[in-house]
Amino acid sequence: MAFRQHKLGAAGVGLMLGFSMMITLFGPSNDFRSGVSTWVGLDKQLSLGRLIGFSYEDPTVSGEGKPITVILDKDPKTGAAIDPPVRAYVYKAGTKFSPGINHNELLGPGVEELSTGIGKIGSASMSSGAVFTVSKGEFNGEEVDYIENTTATRGWTPDAALRTAGDENTRYVGKGKTIYITEGCWWCHTLLPEQTQDWQAFGAPPFLGDFNGEMPTAFGSDRKAPDILHVAARNSSREWMTMHFFNPRLVQPNSIMPRFNYLWGRTDINGNPIDIKAWSKEYDEYLAGNRIYPPEVPEPARDSEVRALIDWVLTSLK
Amino acid sequence: MLMKYLFAKNDEIPAGSATIFFGFSSIFWFVVGTGLGSFNAAKLAFPDWVTGTELFAFGHMRQVHVLAVIVGWISMAFGMTMMYMTPALGNTRLWSEKLGLWTVFLWNVGLSLGLILLWMGITSGREYSDLIWPIDLVVIFGVLVPLGINVWMTIAHRKTQGIYITNWFFGACIFMVTITILVGQSPEIFNLTGLTEAYLTFWHAHNLLGLWITPVAAGIAYYTIPKLTGNPLYSHRIGHLHFWAIIAFYSTPASHHLMSAPLPEWLKSFASVEGVLILIPAVAFVANILLTMKGKWSLFVENLETKFSITGVLLAIPLNMQGGFQQTRAINWYVHGTGWIVAHAHLALLGMSSFLEAAAVYFGLQQMLRRKLYSLTLGNLHYWFFIIGFCIYWISMTIAGLIQGAGKIYEVPYIDVVVAEHPYMIARWVGGTMVFTGNVVWLYNMWMTAREGTLVPEGRYPHELAYER
Ligand code: HEC
Repeated sequence: MAFRQHKLGAAGVGLMLGFSMMITLFGPSNDFRSGVSTWVGLDKQLSLGRLIGFSYEDPTVSGEGKPITVILDKDPKTGAAIDPPVRAYVYKAGTKFSPGINHNELLGPGVEELSTGIGKIGSASMSSGAVFTVSKGEFNGEEVDYIENTTATRGWTPDAALRTAGDENTRYVGKGKTIYITEGCWWCHTLLPEQTQDWQAFGAPPFLGDFNGEMPTAFGSDRKAPDILHVAARNSSREWMTMHFFNPRLVQPNSIMPRFNYLWGRTDINGNPIDIKAWSKEYDEYLAGNRIYPPEVPEPARDSEVRALIDWVLTSLK
Repeated sequence: MLMKYLFAKNDEIPAGSATIFFGFSSIFWFVVGTGLGSFNAAKLAFPDWVTGTELFAFGHMRQVHVLAVIVGWISMAFGMTMMYMTPALGNTRLWSEKLGLWTVFLWNVGLSLGLILLWMGITSGREYSDLIWPIDLVVIFGVLVPLGINVWMTIAHRKTQGIYITNWFFGACIFMVTITILVGQSPEIFNLTGLTEAYLTFWHAHNLLGLWITPVAAGIAYYTIPKLTGNPLYSHRIGHLHFWAIIAFYSTPASHHLMSAPLPEWLKSFASVEGVLILIPAVAFVANILLTMKGKWSLFVENLETKFSITGVLLAIPLNMQGGFQQTRAINWYVHGTGWIVAHAHLALLGMSSFLEAAAVYFGLQQMLRRKLYSLTLGNLHYWFFIIGFCIYWISMTIAGLIQGAGKIYEVPYIDVVVAEHPYMIARWVGGTMVFTGNVVWLYNMWMTAREGTLVPEGRYPHELAYER
């Protein structure tokens, strides 16, 4: 057989597939690279850390090794009041940095120059930890947001920042988004209001620079529930969220959202055990009309998963 | 028995062993996958049904259902057909039966492990690439590469002059899906982030369907229909038009899944146009197969395998009409992210593709076991449960999607949409449960075939024999 059809065919397939990969992979990568990080993009990557999903630092995907977001109304070093309060991202010693810190080109033109220049992110060290903020600066006459390594610029240390904030002003955003991923909220909800018609109901669609350094983006493709990219702008009540996650039908009788009562863990904030079976029984009695009020929803413990989830919803989804 | 063959000499393994193990594995995963689907649907219809535990939470099970049917059922059925069609079409033996058995073995182990981890919530959080990257490496190097080597070597050692269209599809698609998964996993392995990650997620998802699931299913029909009817393929040339058009057009429209994301506009427009062009291979395929049926349409009623196969081909018509147009800007804004798309996805995977594979698995298992199907009644029961269940599912989800689309553009409070969709969620559960029931019947029927089916004499085909039950 002199004529080997399969060789010709293999070459043809390779050529055509290569051509279509040039267009669909190489082409857009140039556009993505020119995306300048917005405030939203910087806030997301700093609060979420290196990546969410299976990784060496968090193999069971439970939110280990994520940075902690704090709201500071006092300077952790000098104690001077800060008004308005700033959001700071605390990376304790050993916490993996978000991608833009080590790969500065991900920040986009302008942001990169300011962050490495006056922001001094180059001197941040993973082994001793760092505290970052997003600051405003000017680049070529335009205002841009950039990352500031406050450990270098103002001497803020992770411990001092956490202490100054206290539990009240601490938000476990990175862990919260991890729970969003593992619990599969994104099979029902989307994080992508559509450009064509969602402005009124769900708010503005995201911009090009809103994603730099985020992984995974988890847009969601199949909407069985409202888009929640801006849910905290519609509803910022921690109490509502707490009841809604425990059993959505406490606040929205027609909801099909599952109960996430198992995210409370074993005990509530005061260390009292949580008995979900007993709760459900009392709730059924309430449904049957034998009780006037539904049973109380336990207050989440500080290290519970739902605390982190609500932190993320109320802090990031504005 | 599998264990014994894994360490036997290649020549001592009876021909067809790999096919048989692949075949039964695929049916098993079909039962598991549709069972999970039915359970998930119940949870959407009755959210308070099983609660209080993480294991049976909707968000933990939805992706297990999807990957069990795609990687378990559909892809293993593909592996099965490759194990027997490729050698048959090259007039030769499978290059290595032993490698084939190792492939089934690693496939089952890898998939079970991956799905258990996924169920526990150990995921990458990327749709269709949910399996964590170490498992994906098993899929590539433990499954796709050995499968590819077997198929390519069998094609290269063929004893025929030309290569039949089915083998073109098999050979090319294994290569393309390997590339697709490699590129699709790169964000996890190399920590690519942001829009690049989002785009690659859907680049992978789209190409998984376009370069693996639909074309291989079509390639299978190019074999089964001529074989079952005894008619030669209507036109090998149209078959080639189909093949090359798939590679040219179907490998490009990935970004039409992200029409509302801030991707470059040129990319979306390009994807949209290329997306309409998939009608070329689609029409070529449907026309070619239906014309092959000429003079033998009675088999559509009389012969079980033909019935499955042609149903799959007929479902390809609405599938491609939807697929070609729903991704254009003019229509996409209305249906994007609604149940319409869920219906469409099931039309592709559960409708068109699964029917074609079911026909091939029915046929191939009888052929390789050298036994006639145990019971025609059970076979027909499977068919009717499958098609009726599927139609209930498809129609109810399409309606639900249209309601959702209307709710979206008229800015109805979302909860009212949830209420309006409720009856269709129940219908969806009923439909899915029927498909699941049908598959349980199928597994039983096939098991009994292996044990008690009438023996098929040398030189005859199973479909030529009369049924005894
Ligand atoms: C089975 C699908 C489903 C899953 C899974 C799901 N939700 Fe929901 N969710 C809904 C539906 C339906 C609504 C609208 C009705 C309501 O308010 O309960 C909703 C409402 C919400 C709201 C209020 C939205 C608004 O516009 O006021 C928030 C916040 C929310 N969900 C967050 C979550 C989070 C976080 C998770 C994961 C832990 C999650 N959901 C999982 C279906 C789901």
